[in-house]
Amino acid sequence: MTIGLGHYLGLAAVLFTFGILGIFLNRKNVIVILMCVELMLLAVNINLVAFSVFQGNIVGQVFAMLVLTVAAAEAAIGLAILVVYFRNRGTIEVEDISAMKG
Amino acid sequence: MLLQAIAFWVFAIVTVASAAMVVTSRNPVYSVLFLILAFFNTAALFVLIGAEFIAMILVIVYVGAVAVLFLFVVMMLDINLTKLREGFLEYLPVGVMIGAALLCEILFALGVLWGKSDTMAALSKAGPPIAAIDNTRAIGRVLYTQYFYLFQVAGMVLLVAMIGAIVLTLRRRPGVRRQRISEQLYRPKDQVVTTVKVPTGEGVS
Repeated sequence: MTIGLGHYLGLAAVLFTFGILGIFLNRKNVIVILMCVELMLLAVNINLVAFSVFQGNIVGQVFAMLVLTVAAAEAAIGLAILVVYFRNRGTIEVEDISAMKG
Repeated sequence: MLLQAIAFWVFAIVTVASAAMVVTSRNPVYSVLFLILAFFNTAALFVLIGAEFIAMILVIVYVGAVAVLFLFVVMMLDINLTKLREGFLEYLPVGVMIGAALLCEILFALGVLWGKSDTMAALSKAGPPIAAIDNTRAIGRVLYTQYFYLFQVAGMVLLVAMIGAIVLTLRRRPGVRRQRISEQLYRPKDQVVTTVKVPTGEGVS
């Protein structure tokens, strides 16, 4: 039994679905929502690397590195905003974040 | 080949299981730890597939930086865990339904559920393997030539993120005494030193 492109894509699909599921389940906890976004970005990375390897084109891995960069930046900024919000309000419940009526 | 398949399934199952634990875990600290496990197993999968450089970067960036950052924030904030878990069961049916629909769609597009799709068959016809030079060298050859501007933009993104995080979280609390070396150094001489003419035999009072 050989492991092909489809296996990796299927794994990435399951990971991505878990990320989305986590966003739905943990509606109140911003930290877990951010973690779920990281999971989804990981799934995207698996897709990029799998395509890159199986198609014999290195550019996919370069792009996976850029996705990694953006994920790190996003985590840093998101957590900084979270810390400031907690400092101001004393809670991190998503339901309370409604100052902009969005 | 069989060994590779076994390794793939082990790593894949552990990855998916730890992703499930990230989502359902009661305590955010456990969520972060399972996230680290998922990252490690994905790195192992990348090594298995032959993308060693991305695997190492994944371990360094995700486990070394992002996950530790999450861990710090989770431990630093004093959050009420039971209150944050409130809507969990309420949103479970909707979440599972949407997740299942999405998964079915993706798997259908991949041709896993419903026989082979044409797209997938076309994509699976692999190009030539990269194997001639090693992975890191291959990435470097492309990254530092063709995608050099993109590389610099990535560095810029990181710089902006760093400055943004510092600006957001830095605060000057009033009433806290601390040494400000620049202010000390910039004091003019006449504020600091006073010259006193001392009369002989009397001293300074």
